[in-house]
Amino acid sequence: MQILDALAQGILLGGLYTLFAVGLSIMFGVMRIVNLAHGDFAILAAFLAILLVGETSFPVWLVVAITVPAFAAIGYFLQRTLFQQSLNSGPLSTLLVTFGMSIVIQNALLEAFSANPQRLDVGQLATASFPVGPIAIPYIGVLGLMLAILCIVAIELFLRRTATGRMTRAVSDDPDTARLTGANSRHIYGLATGIAFGAVAIAGLLLAARSSVEPTAGSMRLIFAFEAVVIGGLGSLWGTLVGGLSLGVVQTLVAHFDPSSSILAGHLLFLLVLAFRPQGLIPARSL
Amino acid sequence: MTTLLSVQEINVHHGQLHAVRDFSLDVNDGEKTAVIGANGAGKSTLMRAIAGTHRPTSGRIFLRGEDITDLHAGRRVEAGIALVPEGRRLFRSLSLEENLLTGTYRKRRGTWSLEAIFELFPWMKERRAKPVARLSGGEQQAVAIGRALLSNPDVLLIDELSLGLAPSIVARIYGMIPRVVETGCSVLFVEQNVAQALSVADRALCLLEGRTVLTGVASELERSEVEDAYFGVAHGRGGRKERNSDADS
Ligand SMILES: Nc1ncnc2c1ncn2[C@@H]1O[C@H](COP(=O)(O)OP(=O)(O)OP(=O)(O)O)[C@@H](O)[C@H]1O
Ligand SMILES: [Mg+2]
Repeated sequence: MQILDALAQGILLGGLYTLFAVGLSIMFGVMRIVNLAHGDFAILAAFLAILLVGETSFPVWLVVAITVPAFAAIGYFLQRTLFQQSLNSGPLSTLLVTFGMSIVIQNALLEAFSANPQRLDVGQLATASFPVGPIAIPYIGVLGLMLAILCIVAIELFLRRTATGRMTRAVSDDPDTARLTGANSRHIYGLATGIAFGAVAIAGLLLAARSSVEPTAGSMRLIFAFEAVVIGGLGSLWGTLVGGLSLGVVQTLVAHFDPSSSILAGHLLFLLVLAFRPQGLIPARSL
Repeated sequence: MTTLLSVQEINVHHGQLHAVRDFSLDVNDGEKTAVIGANGAGKSTLMRAIAGTHRPTSGRIFLRGEDITDLHAGRRVEAGIALVPEGRRLFRSLSLEENLLTGTYRKRRGTWSLEAIFELFPWMKERRAKPVARLSGGEQQAVAIGRALLSNPDVLLIDELSLGLAPSIVARIYGMIPRVVETGCSVLFVEQNVAQALSVADRALCLLEGRTVLTGVASELERSEVEDAYFGVAHGRGGRKERNSDADS
């Protein structure tokens, strides 16, 4: 029974991991950018939301409705400026730029909010659960998993069914030729990063609603997200879901027997996939 | 006839390499112009400069009298220029139909719709959902042309349509050019096969190391004369006499 409980919690945790990983997957899929500041942007979104809740009398839903689109806009803007600049000067420079941003964000957050963990107050939602047989399923976990699936469905629909989505896949294949068919590849890159930043903001808000976060929490988030993407298969969004869920389940199951080995077990899964199935569990590419 | 595309004194570089030198060309409405030249003569570079994926270092390019030199490639598609790139360059993760539809991105109005392309190449219709990697070279070339036509261009640029294709297939694909011109589109195409180029084109020009060494009305040019220009053999001054004198030809 406890195993079943661990399994359920693992799947829900996997939903959160997926939400973190989706943005990373898109940015890599479209622009071949590995955004090392990905986790930090999530934490930044969380702290901005916490600040908004604290400083205004806005309800949480309104804060979410402000933060997520704002991050999508920030993503678009950053892509058109900083990331595009660094893309023009080679793949190494995008790594350096995003690594630098990671450090800047962490230090700015430490400066502004101190090192104390904080959380986004969502009232009852954070702790309430419903029983399924002997297992208690937390609402917020289900919300996370649903949001993850919803994000992927929405992005897949965009990529498959809209002209801009089709062009995004074309740009991901061959930006030069996509330009010849009419694309403004910089704009498309901006849109892709906007989507990625919107998703990572959702992930950050959900994380801060589940448990308290500290300004430096982003690095660990980046590692989990990166592992989920690689386990699932680079460029495949449904693969990213499978990767996120596998990681969550393995961590939680192992924690059930030996809490101190939980994270290590996740890393081992990642290494095993890299060694024996480097194309990932789901090689069908979305991008 | 009015001048549709006017390339004026452009120079194009790849870093230090001066690939296209002081190149000028006028393309009139509904005209078929062939660009002939040996490997490395600068033909592709010229096409890419006109399409907007490679910026000239100097000179201007006009379309219907409007200066398009500063427009990026996407905007030039909107203005009415489409390039079928060398080597076809289809999007490998898109299906045949999706590849064609990328051409509609700028939503230019005109004769060409998906249906019209399926009429031109009937075999495409039932294989529309297939990935393009499984198509033969000739089929891929047809898709690349269809993709360009779907942007309803005023000027269709084609870079080495015949690359790697059997002569019978090349002839068949060239067979659709009259249909394209009928719709009021001009065609500027690169072709290494001199006989093929002269049989399709109204006008031909020969590039040698980035310079125009010969231009003329296709039917009046001697094949041997073009071939000499192609290889840079100067028969006295004969090969160069018509250099850059396209306006009166
Ligand atoms: N991306 C590039 N970087 C550097 N030099 C290039 C590049 N592309 C072409 N060149 C050089 O520019 C010159 C012209 O090349 P271009 O591809 O335009 O010739 P071409 O006439 O199309 O030849 P081909 O018949 O082989 O297609 C050549 O000397 C080539 O080596
Ligand atoms: Mg070429």
